[in-house]
This record gives sequence, C-alpha cells and structure tokens, in this order.
Amino acid sequence: MLIIAIKMLLADKGKYFGIVLGVTLASLVITQQGAIFTGIMSRTFATVTDMGDPDIWVMDTKVQYIDDIKPLQSTALGRVRSVEGVAWAAPLYKGMLRARLDNGEFQNCVVLGLDDATLAGGPPSMIEGELEFLRRSDAVIVDAIGARTRLAQPDGMGGKRPLRVGDTIEINDRRGVVVGICQSMRTFQSQPVVYTTYSRATHFAPRERKLLSFVLVKAMQGVDHKDLCDRIEAASGLAAYTRDQWKWKTVMFYIENTGIPINFGIAVSLGLLIGAVITGFMFYSFIADNIRYLGTLKAMGATDATLMNMVLVQALIVGTIGFGLGAGLASLFGAAVKRSPLAFLIPWQLLVVSGSAVTVICLLAAMLSMRRVMTLEPAMVFKG
Amino acid sequence: MTTQTHASPSMDLPGGGSLAVRCQGVTKTYGKGDAAVRALRGVDLDVYTGELLMLVGPSGCGKTTLISVIAGVLDHDEGACRVLGEDLRDLSPNKRAAFRARNIGFVFQAFNLIPTLTAAENVSVPLLIQGVGRREAMARSRELLAKVGLGDRTHEMPTRLSGGQQQRVAIARGIVHNPRLLVCDEPTSALDHKTGQRILELLREVAAGTQLSLVVVTHDPRIFEFADRIAEMDDGRVRRIAEGQHHDHSTGRGGFDIAPGDSSPGGKEQA
Repeated sequence: MLIIAIKMLLADKGKYFGIVLGVTLASLVITQQGAIFTGIMSRTFATVTDMGDPDIWVMDTKVQYIDDIKPLQSTALGRVRSVEGVAWAAPLYKGMLRARLDNGEFQNCVVLGLDDATLAGGPPSMIEGELEFLRRSDAVIVDAIGARTRLAQPDGMGGKRPLRVGDTIEINDRRGVVVGICQSMRTFQSQPVVYTTYSRATHFAPRERKLLSFVLVKAMQGVDHKDLCDRIEAASGLAAYTRDQWKWKTVMFYIENTGIPINFGIAVSLGLLIGAVITGFMFYSFIADNIRYLGTLKAMGATDATLMNMVLVQALIVGTIGFGLGAGLASLFGAAVKRSPLAFLIPWQLLVVSGSAVTVICLLAAMLSMRRVMTLEPAMVFKG
Repeated sequence: MTTQTHASPSMDLPGGGSLAVRCQGVTKTYGKGDAAVRALRGVDLDVYTGELLMLVGPSGCGKTTLISVIAGVLDHDEGACRVLGEDLRDLSPNKRAAFRARNIGFVFQAFNLIPTLTAAENVSVPLLIQGVGRREAMARSRELLAKVGLGDRTHEMPTRLSGGQQQRVAIARGIVHNPRLLVCDEPTSALDHKTGQRILELLREVAAGTQLSLVVVTHDPRIFEFADRIAEMDDGRVRRIAEGQHHDHSTGRGGFDIAPGDSSPGGKEQA
C-alpha cells in the first residue's frame, strides 16, 4: 500500500513541489537563522575556544562572562597552584586596549598576556612566525583577520595592506613589534586579537592595582575537572569553571542579557509558522484532492490504520526531502559567507533541532489530514 | 498473508440454493428533526447466491443507500441485513473492513480508478489491501486483465484508456480477490449503449460458473435484459420485483421458491 501512497504523492507535481517548498522554506530559515545565532554565540567564547590547553578557568566570583574582567590579586596564582590535582597554573591578562596605527587611527584590540615562562594559552595555530618569538623585545602576535582588516596599514599608494611581521604598532603609547601572525576565531565584536607576554601586557595596560584577569589551570592526568574546580573554589575563594562550563556561562549571559535570542527566536518562529502554514495547507489540499480515492480504498477494505500509514509516509517523504533541501541550502549559504564577517556555524545539534521542527510541521500537517481520512465515510464513493 | 475467499457462509434456503443477502425491514434516515430524510423505509430484499439482481428506480428512491448498506459501508438504523451470513453492524470497523476486503467487490459509476497507478496496479489494489505480496498481486492482475481483453494495456494509466476500457479495469479490480458479492453502482451510465452492453456481457461472463452474486444499480433500461431479477424501488421501499430475461429456472439462478412477503421473483408487488 505504501507504493500507492508514494505514487499518489508524486503524481500531483504542483502540490508535491508546493509541500516540499513549504518544508524546505521552514528548514532553510530554521537552519540558517539558527546557524547565524550559533555562530554569534560561539564568538562570545572565542578566546576560551582558542586557548586549548587549560582545563579550568579561575576568576573573581562576580565575573559573569569572558569580557567581564574583575582583576584578581597576584597572590591568587599561588593559591591556585597549591591546590592538589593542579598540574600547572598560569596567569592571563585579558583587556581591551587601544592601538594606534601608522596612519594615526586608533583601534581597540583584545590584548591577551600569556605566562612569560610557559606562554600557556597561546593561539591555536601560527600562520607566520612562532609563539616563542614573543620572548623577543616588544614582541606581539596579531590574528590574521585583524591584521588584514582593522589593523591594516597604509600601503603608500592611498590604499591599505595587511599588517605584516616586522611592522610596529603602538598600544597605549608603548611600542609593539609584530613577530607573528596567527589564526584565531573572530571575537564577538570582531576586534583584532593581540597576543603578548603577561609582563609586557601589564606594561601596555593602564596602571591599576590589580591586573591578573584569569588563572588558567591544567589538571593532573586522571583528576576529575569538576572536583578540581570545587577544590580550587574552596581553597582560593575564587570561582573556577571547566572549559565547557565557562563557555556556557558566557553564552547564557548573552542569552539572558541581550535581545539577540529574541530577535533570532522571532525569525525562527516565523520560518516555522510560514513553513507549517504552507505545508499544512498544501498537504491538506493534496489529501482533499485524493479523498475520493482514499474513500475507494476504505470501501474496498483498507483500514483507518492503513490509510493513516499512507498519509504518514507521504508526510515523512516530503519532510525528509524538504529538510534535506533546506539544510543543504543553508550549508551552501554558510559556504558562500565563509570568508565574510558573518557568523555562521552548523553544529549537529542544530540539524537535530531543525529536523525535529520539520518533523513536527509534517506531523501536524499529516494529523490535520488524517482527521479527514478518519472521518471519511466510505459510502461517499457511491455519491457520484 | 494469503487471500481468504468465501470465508463467510451463505444462508441456505429450504428449497435448495442459498442467499447471499437478506434484508428485512431495513430503514435508514439521514439527518434529524425537520431536516430528516428517510432514505429507506423498511426494505425487504433477498439476493440469491450466483444471481444478477438489478436495483432500479427514480433518483432519490434509496438505491444508493441500499447498496451502501448491503456493501457494508453504511449502517442502517433498524431492521436486519445479513450479508453472506453476517450482520455487518455487529462487526467492529476493522473486522467489517476485513470482511469487505475478503468478500465484496466494487464497481463504481465513475470507475474510481486511481489515476496515478497503471491498469494492473489498480487491479492489484484489493489484493494489496489483503496483504498479498506486490509481485503475486501484479501477476494475478495482469492475468485477469488479459481475461477481460486488456492484456496489452496493463501498463497504461487510466487516463489513456477509453471509458469502456476503464470500466473493464474496474470490473477486474472488483473481482480480482474472488469476492462473493459484487456491488455495481451505475456501471454503464458513463458509457455509450454498445459499450454498456459489452460491460454487462463481461459481468455475466466473469460471474458464470461461480458463486458470485451481483447487485447492479442502474437507470439504464437497455441493460435490463442481463438481469436475473429486477427490483424496482420507490420512496425508500422495494415496490416490485420482476424476473429478468436471464432468469433461468433450470439452473435455479433467481428462481427459488420464496416465502410470501419476501422479494420474490415473478413481478410480485410488495407492501
């Protein structure tokens, strides 16, 4: 009987494409808008993602998210190092400092000061130069996107060229020499990221009594990260989060304190609504067009369960095709904007959400139509 | 799953032969209150095993309602209607559907062939409903289409067939699962006279030598000659039952000795 359902579905090409279009539209909007939202949210914790080494981040208890810096006393580092299960602990300076370019323009940069001894928390990969070059005098490493966009230098011909190794920049009136270009994620506000040593970063930073932003911790092998967090908090009176906890805390801050999720939620809801309306209407209309034949099948002895299975199979077919097309188009969109500043990320969880939403749309459309089939009087086949 | 045929017993008569359908005092009312329409007002009708009974009468006299009740696709209100020994009102919807699938074939006025399926696929539908495998169902369908003269059109879509050919496909679909009762609703009304006659000839041909009983609703007096008996309906009742030209006492088809008051052959007026 399922082959009959499939042939029925494919025969009315106008309705078939209409239903698939509705599902595709819903799938595209949900996946594409969801991917942009996910991309933006992933940028909020770009620094945590880029720093692959530390298992645990230690900070002031009042810190709410990655850019909310509440400096610690330098003694905090020693207290954390003394906790059992800590393999190493390193200081991290993180601040938003103003860089002066050769053309006299100013540009805010995220400056990350790494532990002088170990350079723990360095960029994930180097495009030019080496991390060790940070030990040179006045050395800084700049991220590639920042180097070719906001920190680009005048090329002498009225245009601009990317910042290169050997160029200098001024950060807070102090000289910095570019010794490397690294690859790192765009940050939430797309500022350039400048890596240097902790001691040099504290020279770049305005004078303050406390300058230690975070303590980065590597756990000893076999030590449970959450248990270690608890021990660090108990011993230091500070807040300690695993990498994942810290990412989620940052994301939740943006979700709870900005209008971003509402904006995207509205877009996704509209996609869902429009997709559901188009799909539901077209599918119902398709069933209505075929009600005579479904009635004939019912008169000939097909049970309600058989007919409902047929409707369900039809809904799942258009759902699967529509979801595939929508997700595929969203992926193509992502590939097209890969080099643009637009945030775009499709994790598998987003596809599950999008697929579930499409399934709900198709089931709603099918249920609406199933009611018609269930209440179908087989005697209608004799009514001419 | 295999096809079950002749699963339900017919009702044997004392004088020999048997009944496929017995309706006694069957009533059916549509709607309620002032809007109520009494479609059947106490119908008494027997259909004998192996006969071709035609139901005739003016529009709105209850013919369609009566065959809907007989075919088990509509519940009557009062009276009794036993089809192949079963009172279908006693069966659950699923059991009734299974009963129809096994025992009843349908031929519709507008053919009701599924336009997206080929002729052979359309014919195979009753078998698929019973759970017969697609390959076997298609083989049997093609075989039957050959018998009704459409052996070379099995792969055609219904829209590419003439009205007569479509009705042949519909007849093949109606009998492919070896039903015991074939219900035909105005099978010739969409066809010209000559084609209509051929369709009736075909119906008689496929029923010959079987226990298949046919109930044919028609307005077309030109096909009355094919009937064993003709039941004339008016205002929700069977008014008169006449022997058709095919009535054959020697075979017993349509010629049973019926108790007075029943739908007896011979043109008896009914109360």
